[in-house]
Amino acid sequence: MSLLHVAIISPFLLAILVPFLYKYFRTIHTGWFVLVLPVLLFAYFIQFVSTNMHGETITKTANWIPSLGINFTAYIDGLGLLFALLITGIGALVVLYSIYYLSKDKEQLNTFYVYLLMFMGAMLGVVLSDNLIVLYTFWELTSLSSFLLIGYWYTREKSRYGAQKSMLITIFGGLLMLGGFVLLYMMTNTFSIREIITQVPDITQHALFIPALILILFGAFTKSAQFPFYIWLPDAMEAPTPVSAYLHSATMVKAGIYIVARFSPIFSGTPEWFWIVSAFGIFTMFWGSFNAVKQTDLKGILAFSTVSQLGMIMSMLGVGSAAIAIDSIDDGFYTVATTAAIFHLINHATFKGSLFMVVGIIDHETGTRDIRKLGGLMSFMPITFTIAIIGAFSMAGLPPFNGFLSKEMFFTSMTRVVEMDVFNLEALGLLFPIIAWVASIFTFIYSMVIVFKTFTGKFQPEKLKKKPHEAPIGMLISPIILASLVFIFFFFPNILAYTIIEPAMASVIPSLLGDDKHFHIHITPWHGFNLELFMTLGVIALGVVGYLSLSKWRSVYGLVPEKLTLNKGYDRALFTLDKSSSTLTKFYMTGFIRDYLAYIFTFFIILLATSLIITDGFEFQLAGTAPIGIYEAVLAAVMVIGTITVLFSKSRLTAIIALGSVGYSLSLFFVLFRAPDLALTQLLVETVSVALFLLCFYHLPEFKKKEKMLRFKLTNLIISLGVGTIVTLLALSANSQRVSETISTYFIENSYELAGGKNMVNVILVDFRGFDTLFEITVLGIAALGIYSMIRLRVRKGEEG
Amino acid sequence: MEILMSLVVGVLFTAAVYLMLSKSLLRIIIGTGLLSHGAHLLILTMGGLKKGAAPLLGEHATSYVDPLPQALILTAIVISFGVTSFFLVLAYRSYQELGTDDMDQLRGNDQYE
Repeated sequence: MSLLHVAIISPFLLAILVPFLYKYFRTIHTGWFVLVLPVLLFAYFIQFVSTNMHGETITKTANWIPSLGINFTAYIDGLGLLFALLITGIGALVVLYSIYYLSKDKEQLNTFYVYLLMFMGAMLGVVLSDNLIVLYTFWELTSLSSFLLIGYWYTREKSRYGAQKSMLITIFGGLLMLGGFVLLYMMTNTFSIREIITQVPDITQHALFIPALILILFGAFTKSAQFPFYIWLPDAMEAPTPVSAYLHSATMVKAGIYIVARFSPIFSGTPEWFWIVSAFGIFTMFWGSFNAVKQTDLKGILAFSTVSQLGMIMSMLGVGSAAIAIDSIDDGFYTVATTAAIFHLINHATFKGSLFMVVGIIDHETGTRDIRKLGGLMSFMPITFTIAIIGAFSMAGLPPFNGFLSKEMFFTSMTRVVEMDVFNLEALGLLFPIIAWVASIFTFIYSMVIVFKTFTGKFQPEKLKKKPHEAPIGMLISPIILASLVFIFFFFPNILAYTIIEPAMASVIPSLLGDDKHFHIHITPWHGFNLELFMTLGVIALGVVGYLSLSKWRSVYGLVPEKLTLNKGYDRALFTLDKSSSTLTKFYMTGFIRDYLAYIFTFFIILLATSLIITDGFEFQLAGTAPIGIYEAVLAAVMVIGTITVLFSKSRLTAIIALGSVGYSLSLFFVLFRAPDLALTQLLVETVSVALFLLCFYHLPEFKKKEKMLRFKLTNLIISLGVGTIVTLLALSANSQRVSETISTYFIENSYELAGGKNMVNVILVDFRGFDTLFEITVLGIAALGIYSMIRLRVRKGEEG
Repeated sequence: MEILMSLVVGVLFTAAVYLMLSKSLLRIIIGTGLLSHGAHLLILTMGGLKKGAAPLLGEHATSYVDPLPQALILTAIVISFGVTSFFLVLAYRSYQELGTDDMDQLRGNDQYE
């Protein structure tokens, strides 16, 4: 257990204390206590930047289950550190924002901060774990805490719906990912990611390699809201806005990106990885941006825009992975996609975080997030307006904001796809820049919608619940910090280049590291007149046209009927699953004991008959059987007649007496077969049983008047004949093939020598096998007590038990 | 002999199962009674029905019948007696309280929708 481990689990430790802080310091907003931790953690993680810059990594191991190879190994490299800084940095800003956002008196702050800290710790664990099982453990903790946070206002139905939906989808992906991890373990015999990477050349041809790849991508795609699993993200917007800003823009949804980046050294270079990651990514980017324009809720727009931007990062990671297959051209011609992915990851966290906070402020100050009700807020909220412009323009990819740089690099990497000649890209490569360009136009349009529909146009005070005014300064601090970062990263992108981006690239595509163990990246705000710039100009031109004529082509969204959307499909699938499983259960769980008995007997017949046939077990031999005596034959006939009488008796008295006759013939059989003790006991027990039946006779239920005879049922007859036949067949074949001799010669020889008794049966009962007898006595005692209490203890209605 | 007994056991099992599948609680109890008779007879038959003296050493016979199945059956008889009597009283009590012995009417009412 090192300091690093303590840092990772410190949010959990603080979460334990939060309820006490909440209870005993009611006058202070609990968030202030929480705020200290992410700030400290951020400062702690900053110091690793210089270590990573020199190409070094840090590994600390704490034993957990060493015998299974599962240990809490914390591993800091460029990629893990980048995420850790995002988590703690944005975490601190979100906590600060939430202090002003959530009311101290009206909200349950203790649960909020417990969940938030759980999430923060789980997220740190995901990005800093080297062990697959530990990673998975933290992964599921993020799903769980996200579920709790989305359902924070649990009295609202939509919150519960959104929480359940995100839970089902992310846990579905998480479980598949666990399957992928197990497959990796089966191939490499280790859970450590770094050790797996060293074995990659041996396993690429393994039959389980591609299944593992697909299963792990399932986990990444569900978490990162890729098509078609993005549907949970818009519904997760029911969470409080700080949660949306933190989880659903900056951190949790990037866990899937992290997984793709982390497993790139293992899987990239294969066409499957390239095609799945980039094709789904680029399509998700288009689909998200296309649908974002349709939304009328500000958070809805941001949710779809997050989906779109995540798709963009994903596609760049996919394209970057192809660089491994092409190692002839050096100097980062193809690796620019990976650089751009990491750069945009940071940029997206900054501008999307600030935009969510802006939307939270608007919601907080006006009481609505619906763009149809908002408008003309510019003069009321100048600071919020400025932040919104910075965030939205950066998202649209305009200078002078950081989104411009990563968008240009995105275009660069997409146009270079055309020049790739691997994985059938000669034919399909051209699709990438085209889809990317179209998606960027939609991105531009919805970014403009966010700003101009909200802050300009006609002010509609009659539709607002509150009189709008500027937010308190405390609420503005966090978005201001993020917005200034948006600026700073544009003018000084190279403060990130060699501190953060380059070490992260070294983790994603380590096999392409040059001789000096460094990538040479250079990001400049201005790169001359080239294709990318003209693409951006085209985006702006078409975007402006598209935005201004939005009302004219909006009807295009009505083309796809509501019924065919993925959400409706999900709802219907869930409903059908529920309904059909209930129908199935109702079909066979009838509540009639007779049906259950019929199932049991039928399975009994099928199972035994099949195994008799399969093993060819039936055998019939006359040899070795005892001869049939006249007495036995007569007695057998008596017994069969008695049995049949029971079956066909009309009154219960006949049935009871016929049952008695069968019992007495059984005891006569015992006499004939030389079993005096059995005969004695059977005679006695049968007498007592019949007496018991007769004792209850007066109270016993009459066989129903209207159906005196047992009603005939063909299925029942078939089942019972089947059982009887199977038992007979089993008895015959067991009798015909005896495996070994009886052990009873021992009892016969020793019952007098060792036990001093001449009645062998009694000696066996009380001496050789006395334990049986002890517990048989116990059974009888329990039965007697049970009968007594059943008769004596009665709880009447309305009485205490 | 064993073959004849196997057939008798088959008849007992058939009748027992047929009764257990009926609606009346009393018939089910009678069915279980027949089933235990069948089982006891089956154990005895499978132990071998070779002629020999009863398992009493005082007989001074050259061969005895197998004493072990007899001990097993004795235990089984007592246990099935205990269970049957408990079951009988349970049926009697449930008839008294619920007023029916029709298994169809005794089905569970755990309908939750």
